[in-house]
Amino acid sequence: MANAIKVRSKIEGDVALIRLLISHPMETGLRKDTEGQLVPAHFIELLTITYQDRTVLSAQWGPAVSRNPYLAFRFKGAQKGEKLRITWVDNKGESQTDEAVLE
Amino acid sequence: MKQDRRAFLRLVSLMTAAGMLPRLAHAETWNQAAFAAKSVDDVVKLLGGSAPQQSDQVILNGPEIAENGAVVPLEISSKLPGTESIAILIEKNPNTLAATFNIPPGTLPDVQTRVKMNETCNVYALAKSDGKFYYAAKEIKVTLGGCGG
Amino acid sequence: MTSFASMWPRLLLALLLPCLWCIVARADDAQDARTREEINKYREMLQEGNPAELSEARGEELWTTRAGPRNATLEQCDLGLGPGKLEGAYARLPRYFADTREVQDVESRLVTCMVELQGLTREQATRGWYQANSDMEGLVTYIAGKSRGASIETPQVHPAERDMNALGNALFFRRSGPLDFSCATCHSQPDRRIRLQEVRDLLLPEDARIVLTQWPAYRVSQGQVWTMERRLMDCMRQMRWPEPGYLSEALIALQVFLQKQAAGGVMQAPGIKR
Repeated sequence: MANAIKVRSKIEGDVALIRLLISHPMETGLRKDTEGQLVPAHFIELLTITYQDRTVLSAQWGPAVSRNPYLAFRFKGAQKGEKLRITWVDNKGESQTDEAVLE
Repeated sequence: MKQDRRAFLRLVSLMTAAGMLPRLAHAETWNQAAFAAKSVDDVVKLLGGSAPQQSDQVILNGPEIAENGAVVPLEISSKLPGTESIAILIEKNPNTLAATFNIPPGTLPDVQTRVKMNETCNVYALAKSDGKFYYAAKEIKVTLGGCGG
Repeated sequence: MTSFASMWPRLLLALLLPCLWCIVARADDAQDARTREEINKYREMLQEGNPAELSEARGEELWTTRAGPRNATLEQCDLGLGPGKLEGAYARLPRYFADTREVQDVESRLVTCMVELQGLTREQATRGWYQANSDMEGLVTYIAGKSRGASIETPQVHPAERDMNALGNALFFRRSGPLDFSCATCHSQPDRRIRLQEVRDLLLPEDARIVLTQWPAYRVSQGQVWTMERRLMDCMRQMRWPEPGYLSEALIALQVFLQKQAAGGVMQAPGIKR
């Protein structure tokens, strides 16, 4: 389980509040390690969140988004028991997709 | 059935991470130019806008003082009708643009996230509505702090 | 206090002793109060969405994953309340264990279990423990999370437990190192701060509880969870004390002492800090 995404959902009426925690180093490429070497840039560039085949949020990120990014947003028309799919792609071309069941 | 699907997704994930699958075509390509821009004006231009107007319909909520610039919590919301995107700009960061969010219909123009701030400066929340850009700005003080806690 | 400050040229102090301000600063005027209010607002905004939850999830998976030459999980590990019983266990550590005949904290007990149950060597079990996303980080965070809501009650029944408390007490007050600092130098007076951080009076139960119920914690400045041993090691680094060994008696003794100071505190860990 190298990269995890933790999702919390809360549906009130037909609006779902989604809170995500994504495990990712989000390295800027400007930080030096303990040996004084620059740690290469490694950060999520694209994030796409879909619900029942429609995109409910898409984002473009730079390395200024904090490490282990937190994101909260709300969308309408959500139903308990349905799935949310989260996909990210980072600058190294690595990708992760996770699904969460809405509560 | 559920087990198979989960196992499949995990496999797809692993294979993608190992670079074994062709890179999937995305609706968007990362806006490299915008993320390399070094001023608020340049970012707005590269996001396809010009002369953004200050608006009290764009709400930027954040701390007055961030104990650590590595994690600055922000909440941005827009009361502008038909807000289609929100962007976060940090004036004195090495690269001004921190993030952009596309808000499809049905999604509320309200996002919370955390960003890195290099030093005390203005943070801008940019909202695009009806093809035009509007913004709210807030100065956030950044300090490293003391010995522990 | 004044006599101590006057013995050293201030400039030299500013260069050598970044933490000396704790003795001098007494937070009291209106600007300080407002600053503190703003910092508290910042801290509150961080409480939701603590990346430590990611470590907790990893720890939970590690707990039930087979590993080592014996291909065993950690599910039979006894953290003081019986094999595999995790709820409230962290809040009752450190304590004496009959099988090892030692007073152990959560980290040393995990190593015991990795060695005994999984067949790892001590070296393998402790390798890279301090690194981000290490197994130890995940497991400690997971186990601490299982004590959410539990009251800190570390036993002082076995003579070894009482001895360790006495040792921890002595260490807390022992002045040592090139700066002649003890823990008490900074942590024995109320209302102290170092720049923007309150330096808690660990001899006051209510202050000790505020501190001890929040560790292990995700440290934003490091981008990882720090275990209590890691935190104490860093305190000692700031005091310019020599680095204690991982799982050493000194670190466990201090935890026994501090946990006793914080008795009755309700665990909220893992916390999130700057």
